[in-house]
Amino acid sequence: MAMIPDKVIEDTVVEILRLAVTKLPADVEAALRRIYEEEKEPASKMQMQAILENLKLAEETGTPLCQDTGIHVFFVRLGAGCGDIEGLIRKGVERATKEVPLRPNAVHPVTRRNPGQNLGVHMPYIYYEPGSGGCLEITVMPKGAGSENMSQLAMLTPSAGVKGIKEFALNTLLRAGSNPCPPILIGMGIGGSADICMGLAKKALLRPVGSSNPDPDLARLERELFEALNGIGIGPMGLGGKNTLLGFHIEHAFCHTASHPVAVNIQCWAARKATARIFPDGRVEYLTHDVKAGRQQGSRAAGKKGGR
Amino acid sequence: MAEVHLRLPASEEQARGLRAGDIVFLTGLLFTARDEAHLRALEYRREGKELPVRFTDGALYHCGPIMKKEGERWAIVAAGPTTSGRMNSLEPEFLEKIGARLIIGKGGMNKGVGEAMKKHGAAYLAFTGGAAVLAARRVREVRGVHWLDLGMPEAVWVLDAEEFGPLTVGMDASGASLFEDVSRQVERNTAEVRKKLGL
Repeated sequence: MAMIPDKVIEDTVVEILRLAVTKLPADVEAALRRIYEEEKEPASKMQMQAILENLKLAEETGTPLCQDTGIHVFFVRLGAGCGDIEGLIRKGVERATKEVPLRPNAVHPVTRRNPGQNLGVHMPYIYYEPGSGGCLEITVMPKGAGSENMSQLAMLTPSAGVKGIKEFALNTLLRAGSNPCPPILIGMGIGGSADICMGLAKKALLRPVGSSNPDPDLARLERELFEALNGIGIGPMGLGGKNTLLGFHIEHAFCHTASHPVAVNIQCWAARKATARIFPDGRVEYLTHDVKAGRQQGSRAAGKKGGR
Repeated sequence: MAEVHLRLPASEEQARGLRAGDIVFLTGLLFTARDEAHLRALEYRREGKELPVRFTDGALYHCGPIMKKEGERWAIVAAGPTTSGRMNSLEPEFLEKIGARLIIGKGGMNKGVGEAMKKHGAAYLAFTGGAAVLAARRVREVRGVHWLDLGMPEAVWVLDAEEFGPLTVGMDASGASLFEDVSRQVERNTAEVRKKLGL
């Protein structure tokens, strides 16, 4: 198997971090524009206007659109030969922290010491998936704390059924209120075990905003929850309004017959993500962002293919 | 609903004059403080140590900015508000023992803080969460930094702002709160949402 040069991987990690924090993918921006159009009250309209103006300024100046550039969760599909992928991602994060720059957010969980590079034990965190087609695919999700702090897991009893799922979604949203920077994207995991369920909720956030689960029963549940909860009235930044949600995505796994895990991972309006596909010959294609050819050695213009 | 342009430091009278829903623009020094800076400031006050900045009559900004060192100076990159609710348990004591006339943040604060603001004469100003480039543009200069050992987000940054805003008065010194108004509306809507979901 051909090996992708280390330099290409490291540079690509820096580039997807830069892309993710300075420009939202088209699907997220389209959802924010729709909400701006729909909000009529001055308070909510002003919030959405500030959000859109800020997006424009961030893109024009190549500046992180939010000062909370998050902790860095990576999703790697290993389909091609590569060296020490974890080491290269860590180097990329360290460089991006200086070069973009990103805010150094990663601290020791007990001493709270901040070494200043966004590096630490298991940080950045990497999910690995087997890939196919001979390519290496790297996705980064910079996850801010305001929304992450409002996330919850419930180990329900099977008898709680679908009602239990809906009740939990509603209660989590009410508890989050104005805190997670609404309009928010809700990622829900159903099934698996405690850890699997939360992981599914996070992965649900990577789907293009407003996309449906391929399982028709889950797609129906997504739609029902989105339509009902979007009208709760929290509104943009919690100052009231017609829209509280960008989307409601569910991912599922089969679970133990005695278990009924449900998890909600909340994502603020700045639903940042960026994916790059690296070919064995070193070519790089960006799946979530339009990148002009020649901006990075070996890169080429990528079509708007949305997230995954 | 009025549009108000204030110069900092602000007087108690100015803070008490603001009404929930007013739009405010601030000019002057803002001091950033999040969880760790609140804890340390209160510890300093308990131990009788001198604080590095005069928070009293100033604007306390719940913000952990991205800063870049350019030679000897710090340049601001991005500086939107952080979730104020995290400081709910610390703010009443901060307002009592140290003081601030204006608190800038996002998401609002709880009743306990509302009561403390009423008692000491302070108002809460909401800035759009995540609008960090917009916020940074309104900062003329980074005047300095204290307690950088807490890390870049948790340090106390002294920001010289010009027409910083638009800020919405979310909670005023009379006890009115836009966030509570929204909560009451959400409570009313919840019955309808439950019905839609068959709960």
